[in-house]
Amino acid sequence: MTILFDEHVQTGAEVAAYGALMGPSPASQRELRAHLVAHGAVPATDAHAVLRLAVDSGLTGHGGAGFPLYRKLEAVIAARGRAIVVANGAEGEPASAKDRWLLARRPHLVLDGLQLVARATNATDAYLYANHRLEVAVLTDLLAERRRSGLDPVSVTVIAAPDAFISGEETAVVSHISGSAALPRFKSARVTERGVRGRPTLVSNVETLALLALIARRGAAWFRSAGTPDAPGTMLLTVGGAVRAPGIVETGHGTPLADVLALADGPSTHLQAVLLGGYHGTWLTAEEFASAKLSRSELAALGASPGAGVVVALGAGTCGLVEMSRVMSYLAEESAGQCGPCLNGLPRIANELKSVAFGDGGGRRAVNEMLRLGGIVVGRGACHHPDGSMRFLRSGLRVFAAEVELHLAGRCSRTSGDVVLPTAVTR
Amino acid sequence: MKTAKSAPRMVVDWTACDGRGLCAELLPELVSRDEWGFPLIPDPTVPAALRDHAERAVAACPRLALRLAST
Repeated sequence: MTILFDEHVQTGAEVAAYGALMGPSPASQRELRAHLVAHGAVPATDAHAVLRLAVDSGLTGHGGAGFPLYRKLEAVIAARGRAIVVANGAEGEPASAKDRWLLARRPHLVLDGLQLVARATNATDAYLYANHRLEVAVLTDLLAERRRSGLDPVSVTVIAAPDAFISGEETAVVSHISGSAALPRFKSARVTERGVRGRPTLVSNVETLALLALIARRGAAWFRSAGTPDAPGTMLLTVGGAVRAPGIVETGHGTPLADVLALADGPSTHLQAVLLGGYHGTWLTAEEFASAKLSRSELAALGASPGAGVVVALGAGTCGLVEMSRVMSYLAEESAGQCGPCLNGLPRIANELKSVAFGDGGGRRAVNEMLRLGGIVVGRGACHHPDGSMRFLRSGLRVFAAEVELHLAGRCSRTSGDVVLPTAVTR
Repeated sequence: MKTAKSAPRMVVDWTACDGRGLCAELLPELVSRDEWGFPLIPDPTVPAALRDHAERAVAACPRLALRLAST
């Protein structure tokens, strides 16, 4: 079954209709009645019980960093002042579509989870920070119906995330909801202590909240029946590129990565490499990918991470350097422009890569220069944009080392004009 | 060089820093500048002997972008 979810996103279909969030059918549960039929109401639980569920389930964040939810909750509970909770569905990553899928098909699970963390932190304000492609009016209508039905003791305000790669970065989220630009901020205090309008703030990815809503109904032991002891439960992945059925899949932590591709009906051609974790993620050779598991701890040995669940397969006939060049130019453009090293360095790096990818005579000097500049930009920004961009580039130069040599000899292995890695429309 | 746990660290607010370079002039032992003029601080730990100089550099930053953080 392949249902086109969003025509603007290459990787936009649902292909595996099972797992905790997908359930037995990928059909929409946007209607409140369909949601209640599928899941029932959230059991009445007090603040302490919600925190207990977060601790016992071992639920970690699904926005990329994998930070345990209970530790954020504890920090917000311990901080002085009335708390604010935020469901983060910004999903600025062009190769990811799972948060939009959730907000389109399982919005009530996300909103149930938002009420649960509001209860746990005794929050007085709640926000849904939604990807710019989603219609605010539709989400506002859903919230009005929930309010009328008595499901939402804490009222929720929908805010559209600006169309930018870094708009979902935690301090950018806080800044935008506070009334300023959605730009990363210098981290003088944690947002759990001083976040939106200076108040203790919990910013949690929409998938994390949806899973919490299921845990509240089915229990921590149910959640732990999937995944691994150190990474319980399932995660949504956006699988794209050279697979037969690109789209959103759900699988347990610890699943062999080869099986993840099988959920998308397998490779559509011979694979040369796979990008894991998105444009701040890591390239792996097809062999490394095939022998690895979807596990934060195991992937760390390869310098990789599941991130927010982006998997893009690169088939034979496409050129890794051409693909990377387009993405690095995009990432350079997506620099917020606040921090000197990122603002100055990323465009220079992108241009050096372009000269190698498109054979404009950059040569080995260009390769060395992009690595040298990378050493200057990493670790020198308010957010991890330069660090993540260089992880993407460095891992790619390793995986595509043979392609680099080919280019230095004036050739390119590309036989197809297909664009594999999506980048947003240039503004 | 002293690197006790209590030693403060130089921290740059990159969103505020404009690359004016006063920090590199006042604290060349710890701070140099990259090709765009922004501070390069290979080891941000401030030894006790440089503490006064570090505080002077923090106070002199026209963008209030340089901080001393206790670890």
